[in-house]
Amino acid sequence: MAKRMRFRHGVHPPELKELTEAVPIRRLPFPTEIVLPLSQHTGKPAKPIVHVGDRVERGDLIAAADGFVSSPVHASAAGTVAAIELWPHASGSYQEAIRITVAPYDAQVPRKRIIPKWHGLDGQGIVDAVQHAGVVGLGGAAFPTHVKLLPPKDVTIDTVVINGCECEPYLTTDHRTMVEYPERVHLGTRLMMTTLGVDRAMIGVENNKPDAIERLTETIPDDLRGKVTVHGLTVKYPQGAEKMLIKSLLDREVPSGKLPMHVGVVVHNVASVATIAEVFETGLPLVERIVTVTGPGIRQPSNLIVPVGTKTSDLVEACGGLTDTAREIVFGGPMMGAAQASLDVPVMKGTSGVIVLTDDVVKPQKSYPCIKCGHCLDACPVFLNPQHLGQLAMYERYEEMNDHHLQDCMLCGCCGYTCPSNIPLTQLFAMAKTQLRKPKAA
Amino acid sequence: MTTPRLLITAWPHLAERDSTPRIMWTVNASLVPVIAVAVYNFGPSAVLVLAASLLGCVATEWVFGSKEALADGSAVITGILLGLCLPAGIPLWMAFVGGVFAIGFGKLVFGGLGQNVFNPALLGRAFLQASFPVALTTWPVIRENWWALRGDNLALPLMSPGEVDVLTEATPLGLMKFEQQGTEVWRLMFGLTGGSLGETAGIVILVCGAYLAWRNYLNWRIPVSIFATVAVLATLTHALNPAYPDAMFMLFSGGLMLGAVYMATDMVTSPVSNRGCWVYGAGIGALVVIIRLWGGLAEGVMYAILLMNAMVPFINRATQPTVFGTRTAKEAA
Repeated sequence: MAKRMRFRHGVHPPELKELTEAVPIRRLPFPTEIVLPLSQHTGKPAKPIVHVGDRVERGDLIAAADGFVSSPVHASAAGTVAAIELWPHASGSYQEAIRITVAPYDAQVPRKRIIPKWHGLDGQGIVDAVQHAGVVGLGGAAFPTHVKLLPPKDVTIDTVVINGCECEPYLTTDHRTMVEYPERVHLGTRLMMTTLGVDRAMIGVENNKPDAIERLTETIPDDLRGKVTVHGLTVKYPQGAEKMLIKSLLDREVPSGKLPMHVGVVVHNVASVATIAEVFETGLPLVERIVTVTGPGIRQPSNLIVPVGTKTSDLVEACGGLTDTAREIVFGGPMMGAAQASLDVPVMKGTSGVIVLTDDVVKPQKSYPCIKCGHCLDACPVFLNPQHLGQLAMYERYEEMNDHHLQDCMLCGCCGYTCPSNIPLTQLFAMAKTQLRKPKAA
Repeated sequence: MTTPRLLITAWPHLAERDSTPRIMWTVNASLVPVIAVAVYNFGPSAVLVLAASLLGCVATEWVFGSKEALADGSAVITGILLGLCLPAGIPLWMAFVGGVFAIGFGKLVFGGLGQNVFNPALLGRAFLQASFPVALTTWPVIRENWWALRGDNLALPLMSPGEVDVLTEATPLGLMKFEQQGTEVWRLMFGLTGGSLGETAGIVILVCGAYLAWRNYLNWRIPVSIFATVAVLATLTHALNPAYPDAMFMLFSGGLMLGAVYMATDMVTSPVSNRGCWVYGAGIGALVVIIRLWGGLAEGVMYAILLMNAMVPFINRATQPTVFGTRTAKEAA
């Protein structure tokens, strides 16, 4: 393959992964309380099926999926349901959550194998198990995985793409997963290929993780050699955005307004794939995940395995506490993550990292007039004109923004990152999208 | 555990180190070698003229603009560039008035930094050229008696200039146009010719521009497009009629280097997209050749850039980037 695998535009933020990229994943003791939001995924929130005072075991279903594009929530630790109430949520609002007081000195042994073994399951059986295990995309958007495994009949899928780019600065959860659990990645990939009936899978990893590429390549099972390939990709943000990754790996351009499946591809995050394998291995639904807790504002940056629902304060404590200059706490990567207002916010299924920024690295808030330098046009990976869109947004001409392809914007943050005048372009576009989603007043 | 007062901002939480003031001040710093050449060539007059135009710009920004805007360095760029495209012998008050006009009417009336349509420095110069055509086209001989003033720099405002005994010479373009006399290219490259303060040393300007392009503070496509267009058109016309100058002469004479590297690349008044920059540069190049060969003036860079400045909104509209996935979406439909 002589053609260079690449997508055009994008930015080169500092990688900042050296804090945790070589730190082995560490398991934390159970916290005293966990908080499980009912909405941890894209789609309808789950419906609680337990009551205050109920005793739950680890892995028990506590909130059922509400419809197809939804995902169930399971108790991530044994204990008693203390409350079902509004609680600070990573999205910035208060949302319904189930609080469980963890039983002290409990062995935390689940009742029984909840998810069956995968051997002998057909495609539909695997999808059902994935759905019941509450598996969602662990890369950030938390889209229910089973939905992606059941493409409509009129599309033909020929390739599964496994996303191990981890192009966000600071984060190392996918990196450590690939280094420490490459067999799980391959088992998960095999299950994906079985359910979708394809015999080609491509794993894309940015070239700044040579150890991950090496580990993955040498652990490909014999019968999958030739079918599963590992590809080193240019280190560039947002290499891990679905459409960019497909462009890099397969040179296919997902049509505007369409999904990867329309070009025959299903993309899964490497951590989601490993989680599917783990779910079948352990028989437990998705109750824990790997989180990178890092940044200059944390004393001991670490990669942790924690129960879903662990509060930020517990993570911070486990990592030596905050430094005196800690100023901003971000869930997810620094390019697209959301700043948190409270240390009570729990880790969710889609939380890949908790980044603590300090006074000297938080972005200055002063902005200057647009000098039309055009750097944002060079940065935008979907070839929008953020300069023009930004001006329209400032005058609240949202409808016009739609004519200029606002809906193709994936809010990756490249324009805001590169703007020398520090104009909050990405924020303006997110606002515009929200405004346009509002139902029109009659 | 005590909770610190948390800051909540929108993503992205990282930003490139470049900032608008940083870009502006870097451009200013990159002009230092060009200023040095001007001083070397024209002595104290160069310093005085630059100081006068700079003062005009900065004072106007201070009085009518905002003091905050002064810190971003854009008024300083305008002042220096205006000074660099004036002849050394110009009365200082004219340079000052040019600076006032450049910032006042070139920038502030449009709404300040980022809003102006025309390059303020060039607008200031166009104003001076229209008002004081003689002063703007009197070129003192370079490096003649270094310490002496190169003209009636200290003339009183609105008085006719006194008799000053200064040797003047025509610019290479003037010589070519009106006396059909060529100049060796190496003399042009190293600034050993008559001309405005900062326009004569082509090589120095190119080196400074290359530095800015490397820092991504100017879009290299604009000067490259201008140079390519001028070179191609000049080669063609020279081949058709050898009386017309050849490409090297066209490139290195007059204000083309200064204009292409520092004026045309002004971010505010040039197109935003790379495609647009190619078109814009080609337009400037073509206009320069047309004005120089067939226009009434010996030099056309200033008007070429100003005219193309006016075209920028249209170029921007015509050169919108092709949105990712729209091509395939159309194919699928």
